[in-house]
Amino acid sequence: MDRMTTDRRSLLKAGGALLVAFAAGGAPRGALAWAEKPVATDRVESFLALESDGRVTAYVGKVDLGTGIRTGFMQIVAEELDVPLGRIRVVEGDTALTPDQGATYGSLSIQNAGVQLRAAAATLRREVLRRAGERFGAEPASLRIEEGMVVAPGGRASLAELVRAGRVELAVDANAPIKAPEERRVVGRAAPRVDIPDKVFGRFEYVHDFKLPGMLHGRPVRPPAMGAVAEAVDEASIRHIPGVVRVVHQGAFVGVVAETEWSAIKAARELRVRWSDWSGLPDQSRLWEHVKATPVAQVQVTSERGDAPGAVRGAARQLSASYDFGINSHASMGPSCAVAEWKDGRLTTWSASQATHNLRKQLSMMLAEPVEKVRCIYMEGAGCYGRNGHEDAAADAALLAKAVGRPVRVQWMRHDEHGWDPKGPPHLVELRGGLDAQGNIVGWEAEAWIPKGAGGNVDLVAAELGGLPRENQIHPGNIIHNLAQPYGFPAVKTTCHRLDTTPFRPSWIRTPGRMQNTYASESFLDEMAAAAGKDPLELRLSLLPREETRAREVLERVGRIANWQTRPSPQNDRSGEVLRGRGVTFCKYELVRTYVAAVAEVEVNRNTGAIKVTRFLCSHDCGQIINPDGVRSQVEGNVIHTLSRTFKEEMTFDRKAVTSLDWASYQVITFPEIPEIVVDLVDRPTERPWGAGEPSAAVVPSAVGNAIFDATGVRMRSIPFTAAKFRAAAQGV
Amino acid sequence: MSQSLALTVNGRAVTVAVDDPQMPLLYALRNEVGLTGPHYGCGLAQCGACTVHVDGAAVRSCVLPVAEAAGKRVVTLEGLGTPENPHKLQSAFIEEQAVQCGYCTNGMIMESAALLERNPRPSADQVKETLANNICRCGTHPRVVAAVLRAAQG
Repeated sequence: MDRMTTDRRSLLKAGGALLVAFAAGGAPRGALAWAEKPVATDRVESFLALESDGRVTAYVGKVDLGTGIRTGFMQIVAEELDVPLGRIRVVEGDTALTPDQGATYGSLSIQNAGVQLRAAAATLRREVLRRAGERFGAEPASLRIEEGMVVAPGGRASLAELVRAGRVELAVDANAPIKAPEERRVVGRAAPRVDIPDKVFGRFEYVHDFKLPGMLHGRPVRPPAMGAVAEAVDEASIRHIPGVVRVVHQGAFVGVVAETEWSAIKAARELRVRWSDWSGLPDQSRLWEHVKATPVAQVQVTSERGDAPGAVRGAARQLSASYDFGINSHASMGPSCAVAEWKDGRLTTWSASQATHNLRKQLSMMLAEPVEKVRCIYMEGAGCYGRNGHEDAAADAALLAKAVGRPVRVQWMRHDEHGWDPKGPPHLVELRGGLDAQGNIVGWEAEAWIPKGAGGNVDLVAAELGGLPRENQIHPGNIIHNLAQPYGFPAVKTTCHRLDTTPFRPSWIRTPGRMQNTYASESFLDEMAAAAGKDPLELRLSLLPREETRAREVLERVGRIANWQTRPSPQNDRSGEVLRGRGVTFCKYELVRTYVAAVAEVEVNRNTGAIKVTRFLCSHDCGQIINPDGVRSQVEGNVIHTLSRTFKEEMTFDRKAVTSLDWASYQVITFPEIPEIVVDLVDRPTERPWGAGEPSAAVVPSAVGNAIFDATGVRMRSIPFTAAKFRAAAQGV
Repeated sequence: MSQSLALTVNGRAVTVAVDDPQMPLLYALRNEVGLTGPHYGCGLAQCGACTVHVDGAAVRSCVLPVAEAAGKRVVTLEGLGTPENPHKLQSAFIEEQAVQCGYCTNGMIMESAALLERNPRPSADQVKETLANNICRCGTHPRVVAAVLRAAQG
C-alpha cells in the first residue's frame, strides 16, 4: 500500500484548504496526524486534497476489506477530475483524517461512499473550471481537463495551481454535474487492482505486518467456558519463559505481554489460570427448540397485504415448511490483529476494523477516555466478511498497551478467532402457502425467529470479559430484509419475531439475514411451483409486478445462458445412481436495489447423498458498474463463500464454549469442490450505482437447494446441506 | 540460553538468535529476518498461508521448528521473484487478478511454484488437488487455477 506521512506543519498552515502538501514515504506514525484536517462529510476538502506535484489524495471513511473497493474509489476520482489513475492515492478509515461514512458493510461502499466521493470530485471539477474560465476569459463549458491540466484556448493550468490561487472551501453539491456516460474513460471499464502487485510480491503491508519501535507482543488468554471468570492467575507458571513482561488480569479478561511473539504465544498457552465453572450454553442438538423458546422482545410485521392467514386457511391446497440456517463464524484466513500505542495520554490503534469511527467511540467508552484522545487507523487485514474480531483485538491491545506503557501488538491465535469472533446467529423461518384449484398462489405467510437489533456497535470482548463500560446491546446486523417478497401475491404477511437473546455474541456475516430469508422464501416458492406443477422460472416471471422490468431481465438472461428447459420440477429420470438437476432463484436486494437471478446445476448421488454443484450461473444488475472486473470478482466470491456456508460451515459447541476451533472442525470449501461459475453483468451507465459485495450471496442456498430437489425430489431445509441430511430427507420421499 | 542458527533465506546467509529451537520457522522469518510474505493463518499446517520453500519443497513454516531449517535453503514469496524479475506465477496472478484480500496468496503461489517444478504442465484437476489443502475465504479459487494454468503455459 502506498503510505504517506502527513507533514503536520503544512497541514496546519493549509488549514481547511484543499491544497495540502504531503511528504511521500514512511509508515503512518501516531504523533503526526493529530493535526486538524477537515472531516465533515459535507465538505469537499474533507474528501480531496490536490498536491502541488499533481497527485490527488482521496480520503474515504469506507475501507477496502480486500474487495478492491480502493481501486473503484480511484476510478471515480480519476474520472471526475480527469487525473490519471496512477496519480491518485486513497487514505481509508483514519478517524483523524477521513470523513465518517459509516461502517464498511451492507454493500454500501460504492452506493453511498463512492457517490459522496463522486459528488465531491464533481463539485471540485466545476469550481476548478470556473476559476480557469475566469483566468483565461473562457466559458467553463468550453474547457476540458487532460491529465490533471485544464486546457483553455488561451493556456493551461494544473488543478493545484487553480486551487492555490485562492483558499478553496467548498460544500459538496450532491447535484454537481457528473460525467455523462459517453464522456467516461475510466469508470465502467475494468481497472487492474492497485493492491495486487504488492500482494503477489510479499510487499503489501497488512496490519499483521505493522511494527512500532519498542513494540511488545500480546496474546489474550480466553476462558475455557464462555461465562467463566478467572479466579486466580499463577504468574509463576510462565516464569521460565524468557521475555515475559506482564500478565494482565481483570475479571475474565486475561492477557500476557512479552518481548517476542513466540514467548507471548507460549506464555498464553502455558499460563495456569483457575477459572470458575460455567456451562450456560444451550444443547446444540436442540438448538431450534431453544430458539423457539427464547423470549420475544418485539414482533415486527415487515409486510402485509390482504388476509394472508385466512387466504392460506381457505386455500384448496396448503403447504408449510420450516427452514433453518445454523451458526457461522466469519472464519477469516488471518486471525484478528491490532497494534495499540499510548503516547502523551492519547491512544492510537492500527487495526483492520471495518468501522474505525465507531471503534473509536467504543474504545473511548471502555477506557473512560474522551473520544478526542483516541485515534483509530485502518490497515488492511485478511478478508473479514463482516464484523469479525478486529475491533476486539484492538481493545485487547489497548488494554495490554496501557498496562505495560509500551506499544503492544496483539494477534489472535486460530482458536481465538474461531472461538471468539462474533457469530452469525441461528436463523429459523417457517412458511405457509395456499394454492387454489388452478395452482395459483392465493396466500403467503412467513415468520422468522431471529435476534433483535440491527447494525450498531458489537460489544468488545475485552469490555465484556473485563466488566468494563460497553453498550450491552446485541447487534446482529440488519437481518430482517428479504422476508417481504418482490412477488405480487394476492395476500401476504411476513413477520419477524425478534428474540431477546441469542446464544453467542452476534454480528453480521456477508449478506446477514437477507441471505437466510431469501434461502427460505425462494426455496418455499419452489415448493409451491412444484406443487402447482409449474416451471419455477416461468412462475417467478408471472408473479413479478409489471413495472419490475429489471427483475424480469435478470431472470430471463440467466435462463438463456443456462439454456433453461421449461418444465416443472422434479425431473423424472431416476435411472442412475447420480441424478442431475437445476434450480433457479431470484433476489431484489432489500426490495430496493441490486437484482440477482441465479441457476445452479447439481449432481446428487442418491445413495451416498454426495452433492456436487457442477455449474453456477448468475445474472447481476447493480445499476452503474464502476469496475466490471471488480464486480465480477465480488460475485465469484459471493458464490464460493456462500457455497461453503451452504454445504460445509457449521459452528459446533458444547455447554461451555465453541468446539469448532480449527479448519478441521470448521470445514470450508476446497478447490476440488468449486463449480464452474458464469457471471453475467448488466451494466446501466445512466442509473445510480448499487452494491455488489453481498446481493449475489443471497441467491446461493436456494439455487442449489432447488436444484437438488429438481434432481431427486428431495427438499433440503436445513443448512448446512450435508450428505447425512440428504439421506435422512430422502427417506421420507 | 539463546542460540544462533544459520540458514540461507532468499539466497542470503542469515543468522538468527533464538531462545527456543522449537519456535516455528515462520516467526524467525517474520520477526527476525523481517519478511512479510509468509503469513500466520492457523499454526496447525491446515491453511497454507505460511508456506515457504525449504530446499525446494513447499512446507508449512508455522509448524516447522526453526532448528530444522538450519543449514537449509529457505525461499519465501519475496525471494521467488520481484517486480523487476517476477516469477511467472506472480505475473500470472496479476494478469488474472487472482487476489482479493491476498492473505492466502502467498500459500497459493508458493505451493503452485513447487508443483510447477515437479510438473511443469499440470491439468486443472491436478492444480485443484495440489491446492486442496490451501484455504481461501474470499473465493478467488477459479482465478487462482486460471493463473497457475496460465503460468504453466507461459
